Amino acid sequence: MTGMTGAAAQEEITLSVQGLRKVIGKREIIHGIDFELKRGEVFGFLGPNGAGKTTTIRMLVGLIKPTAGTIRICGYDLHRQFPEATGSMGCIVENPELYSYLSGWGNLQYFARMMSGIDEARLNEVVKLVGLSARIQDKVKTYSLGMRQRLGIAQALLGRPKLLILDEPTNGLDPSGIREMREFIRYLAESEGLTVLVSSHLLSEIQLMCDRVAIISKGRVVRVDTVDNLLAQQERVSWRLEPIEAGMQLLRELAGSADLQGETVLTPYDEQEIGRWNQTLVEAGVTVTEMSRRLPSLEDLFLELTGGESID
Amino acid sequence: MINLVYNEMVKITGKRRLLVVALIIAILITLFTYAQAQQAADNRERFGDVDWRIALEQRIAGWEARLASGGFRGDDGELELRIAQQRYYLDQDVNPAEPGAPTFVRGFVENGISLLLPLMMMIVAADLVSSEHGAGTIKVLLTRSVRRWRILLSKYLALLLSVSFIITLFGLLAAVISGFVFGYQGWDAPVLTGFSTTGGELDTSGVRIAPQWQFILMELGLAWFVSVVVATITFMLSVLVRTTAAVMGIMLACLIAGTILRTMVSSWETAKYLFMVNLELIDYLEDAAPPIEGMSLGFSMLVLLVWGVIALIVSFVSFTRRDVY
Repeated sequence: MTGMTGAAAQEEITLSVQGLRKVIGKREIIHGIDFELKRGEVFGFLGPNGAGKTTTIRMLVGLIKPTAGTIRICGYDLHRQFPEATGSMGCIVENPELYSYLSGWGNLQYFARMMSGIDEARLNEVVKLVGLSARIQDKVKTYSLGMRQRLGIAQALLGRPKLLILDEPTNGLDPSGIREMREFIRYLAESEGLTVLVSSHLLSEIQLMCDRVAIISKGRVVRVDTVDNLLAQQERVSWRLEPIEAGMQLLRELAGSADLQGETVLTPYDEQEIGRWNQTLVEAGVTVTEMSRRLPSLEDLFLELTGGESID
Repeated sequence: MINLVYNEMVKITGKRRLLVVALIIAILITLFTYAQAQQAADNRERFGDVDWRIALEQRIAGWEARLASGGFRGDDGELELRIAQQRYYLDQDVNPAEPGAPTFVRGFVENGISLLLPLMMMIVAADLVSSEHGAGTIKVLLTRSVRRWRILLSKYLALLLSVSFIITLFGLLAAVISGFVFGYQGWDAPVLTGFSTTGGELDTSGVRIAPQWQFILMELGLAWFVSVVVATITFMLSVLVRTTAAVMGIMLACLIAGTILRTMVSSWETAKYLFMVNLELIDYLEDAAPPIEGMSLGFSMLVLLVWGVIALIVSFVSFTRRDVY
């Protein structure tokens, strides 16, 4: 039973967080966070180190007790119905730390014994899904980080969760590993209907795999939106101009704003207008040596959204 | 719950903890067996010509004479028991100076109860919870759909199983290994027990003879009790302190302080409420005077029990409430 009423079944809410706060000592680390995750979406949790991502995630998986607020996983209250709530969830918090003196298979058996209704067939299924069949009988201490990551995912998927929470899942992986992980996460959401919550401090990563993003800063969610919306607003063009002062002056009039960054000038991006700006510059005798669309860096996005607060 | 306990046992054996303990015990027993065999050989050389039967008969005759003349100040009952004890050796044709495996086991448990066995328990208990913090596996353990107190309970039950296993192994290995050298005779040799002290005087009114196997079982029972308490306290430290090395350090300091304090408690009376001063339970079965007046088997067991219960409560409260970072 999912504890869901019929009306909500259409847009099933797998995770609902309301008024989440955490005070440690006298310092308030998390200042009241609210968001909801729907079935089958990949949700990004974006913020710099120290913004409260990890603390929030640890509250979501039950490692840290919130000072106030409620967390509901598939309708179950995490605090009052802990076994049911965590039963619908799989997670990896930070690195996938498993028992290194046991084999991969031994680890999975170990976790299977902590749940009900997991048989050997399910173990095999999960091992195959993460592509570890060849090395599953080896001790985990002989595994590479990528393999540990996969075993971590196998462990998280073992209990057929509806919600998967991954904290910095691509940390320490090589580029091909990162791509594989990304594809795998998309596959889980699209084909298996899982809701995936991914935290990251890398915008590019979030952009490539998430449907929606929450931007978190200093213990607050400053924005929840779809990736496309966020990027559209924040996309910029960088110009390399000769002479730079005159060009900047002109762009400021044309585009509304232009900032000097190093040897380039940054302006907002506008697909309709950009050709005309270029033309105006050339006509005014300014040589455009380079002109490129730039995805916003997390830093820019942050400066914009938090009004000057920088990443640590 | 059985599955959870099974999981914990998988981890304990996976880390080869029990194997290490078994090896240490086996090696120590072999060493002590060798040492005792050397000692026996030494004695034989020194008193080689004297027939032990004649010496024993002379001693019994002396006691009987004293008993008849009423010259013995103490309790007649005890002397009679001692005579009976010595007669057993004559009747069974066993040299009391060259005992068999049972006597070795008896002495070994007696010596091991205050330091060796607690150390073995420490090896198993010290990293039961702290290693999960150290390796980061606490995060996968506590995000299962199992409540925290059940996880901790399963760990504690696994610890109790390990303690019982180690005590059994300790007794068995001691008997088997020393028996190779000393032989397996003497299981029902008589042992005097039931001493108590009242008002600083040794009270022998309750003294009786117990067969040696029974006495060994009593010893092992007390050793199990002491081990469980030491393991429980180590378990608590393992919950409170997140590094295994610190747990080991604190526990070692306590145990070693205990052996030193035991010789000094006569001048510091309140020390009798410390658990490490109360570990030598077996001494109460024999005629050794307690370190402080007023300490008895019941008192020491009660002190240990209180320490154990408090340690367990602290462990559970701390483990179920704590935030894990």
